[in-house]
Amino acid sequence: MTTRGNARTNGNLPQTKICQFKLVLLGDMAVGKSSLVLRFVKGQFDEFQETTIGAAFLAQSVCLDDTTVKFEIWDTAGQERYHSLAPMYYRGAQAAIVVFDITKPETFERAKAWVKELQRQASPNIVIALAGNKSDLADKRLVEYEEAQTYAEDTGLLFMETSAKTAMNVNELFLAIAKKMPKTDTQNPTHAARHRGVNLQDPDAQSSRSCCGN
Amino acid sequence: METTDSPVVTSLHQSDKNEMQSENNIDSITEVEDHMTLPRIERSKETKLLDTLTENNSNPRYLPVDIQKEEAVVFDVSETVKAPEDGGHEDSGEFVVAMLARGKLEEQDVCKRISPPILETSLEASTHWDEDVTAETWRQHRKHVFVLSEAGKPIYSRYGSEEALSSTMGVMMALVSFIQSGDNVIRSVYSDEHTVVFMQQGPLVLVSVSSTRQSEQQLRNELLYVYNQIVSMLTQASITRIFEHKKNYDLRRLLAGSEKILDGLLNLVDFDPSFLLSAVHCLPIASSFRDSLSQILQKAITPNLVFSILIAKNQLLTIAQEKMVIEDAKLDPSDLHLLLNLIGASSAFQAGEIWTPICLPSFNPDCYFYAYISYLDPPECTVCLLLLSTDNEAFYAVAECKRKIEEAMQAQNALTSIAKAQSYSVSQVGVSDLRHFMYKPFDVPDNHHQLTQFTSPEMEAPYDSEEEKMRLLDLYRDMHGRIHNTSRPLKLIYHVGLRETLLAWVTTKFELYTCFSPLVTKSCAINAITKLLRWVKKEEDRLFIRYPPKYSTTPNASKS
Repeated sequence: MTTRGNARTNGNLPQTKICQFKLVLLGDMAVGKSSLVLRFVKGQFDEFQETTIGAAFLAQSVCLDDTTVKFEIWDTAGQERYHSLAPMYYRGAQAAIVVFDITKPETFERAKAWVKELQRQASPNIVIALAGNKSDLADKRLVEYEEAQTYAEDTGLLFMETSAKTAMNVNELFLAIAKKMPKTDTQNPTHAARHRGVNLQDPDAQSSRSCCGN
Repeated sequence: METTDSPVVTSLHQSDKNEMQSENNIDSITEVEDHMTLPRIERSKETKLLDTLTENNSNPRYLPVDIQKEEAVVFDVSETVKAPEDGGHEDSGEFVVAMLARGKLEEQDVCKRISPPILETSLEASTHWDEDVTAETWRQHRKHVFVLSEAGKPIYSRYGSEEALSSTMGVMMALVSFIQSGDNVIRSVYSDEHTVVFMQQGPLVLVSVSSTRQSEQQLRNELLYVYNQIVSMLTQASITRIFEHKKNYDLRRLLAGSEKILDGLLNLVDFDPSFLLSAVHCLPIASSFRDSLSQILQKAITPNLVFSILIAKNQLLTIAQEKMVIEDAKLDPSDLHLLLNLIGASSAFQAGEIWTPICLPSFNPDCYFYAYISYLDPPECTVCLLLLSTDNEAFYAVAECKRKIEEAMQAQNALTSIAKAQSYSVSQVGVSDLRHFMYKPFDVPDNHHQLTQFTSPEMEAPYDSEEEKMRLLDLYRDMHGRIHNTSRPLKLIYHVGLRETLLAWVTTKFELYTCFSPLVTKSCAINAITKLLRWVKKEEDRLFIRYPPKYSTTPNASKS
């Protein structure tokens, strides 16, 4: 694993601290996970955003006072067939955004299930944010703001209603997460490696599923 | 009536041709229901499934027909047919042994067998799911493909929503299980207008209803592609497990979002001869350039990496493979086609770096590889890198390989050269009267571990419109079907048509399909082919991947 070290060798710049975090997006299919990420990373929105296959990895940084927070984002596919793979993506994540669609109550139920799974299986200190997306469709709303907020408060989650379409609360959401993250400098390679999210000591990581070739 | 001991092949024939007023009179599966209206109706205990269907439809026409085992081999019910009670359809049908019917068709001229002009372009956007399945336009599609579970639950339909078609699919399953109850297998149904091909793969049943006059084998191959694309997403083992656990499981839950991939596959199957030839088409580039790209891939490796594939404009540039893995099994062109289709069918891969499990069904239908997919030239997104690993945790290591590949390509300015690469024009061959060809060599070196490839120029005028392109491909498909006919294979076909002359030729060294202007003479054509073969020989380093590069990434290999 020597390949990883030379990725960031730029020493410690005195001015700003750089923190790097792994963030995962979870939620039912078609709630707008990819749209939120693409709005945040590229400032784009596509009404006909295509279904994610597997998971997409993207990176984006936000600046907070003297710290640059770099998010390494795993935008997972919401389809049921990928559900069993989710641990592969959320393992080692320091932050998660669980997304639901405010016009579809069943996606809110799904979101709660994801929160439960994260609290049970993900890193104990993971920062979880709940995003009620598609707030631009408020006239078709079927999940009340108060309901989601009460749930978020009870469960200790950040909560915002967002719209990837209008960009409402998208950057704010990521910024709020960034603020909640512990700011240890991850430029130091040992930290960086840990925060890359692959835990080599994790016994679960030994893929029992590895197929052909060995 | 002769008896065949192969599984039953049934054929549906219009007994009275005069009754066929419109071209699309006799049609697809809904009519087949009527042919099931047989008088010898008896409730049989084995066909419970049919009974449930009957309840759903509350229509006595779906009652099962009892066939004695001895009779089941030859499925001839012509004497027993009577007019349907509802009188809605005047056509009465008869089942005859397909082999005979097929034989008759063989004798007809190619021209007559070529399918009617395309009524609609198949490349329309995927709005087909909300199509009205009762409309005539729905029936007129060139080729329908249906996938259903053994319980008769719809899984996929190429046109129209699966819900709307659930009763049609129920009838299909009824046909399948009806024949099955006689210890037999339904393979196909022929009518004058349509060929209906059935294929069962584990708990899935696939049905193709085609008016293209393709051979049954070709349609069967296409269904196998559809099945394999489904397997590539779920693996065969998990499909089997799911249905063992719950017979009436709705597989669409697991395939949600992948309809587009199957739609894309079926469009590719229609327009890309790679599928017909079971061979890969690579982008022609100078062999030195291809070698340097291969070396870049060879150098950027990490443990458990098994395939590194570079694609441009949906064609293969180069592919490097892990030595050990490739000694065990070779990468089948069909697996590569599925990968290319997956990448081409979705713009989702342009979003970032993708990490997804993917199964290569011909390689191993029961396990996943982990695919890293990333475009190297955003925002254009024409050059795509695909790295396959056996380790689901290898994302960061594999992403690092991409970084190395990107750097090395930048240093050589490779992206600019790739952007300039394009397929060639038939005029470059310099053979007059030659309009188009497809050449698939068998004699490439290292054949055993070689990827089967073919080369073909761009389709140019007069084959530049969608209709004409399809017409030429239909001609090729017909020639291919006759060359590979299992009962009477041919080596050479010279076909003079009104609008072109075609020559197909298979030797131990190659398979070749050529298209000439209609006025060419036979000796001219043969001459031209000699020249063409000479040209291909001269250009083969540019047209094909001659020596697929290999690397070793097995963990204990000495690569520190």
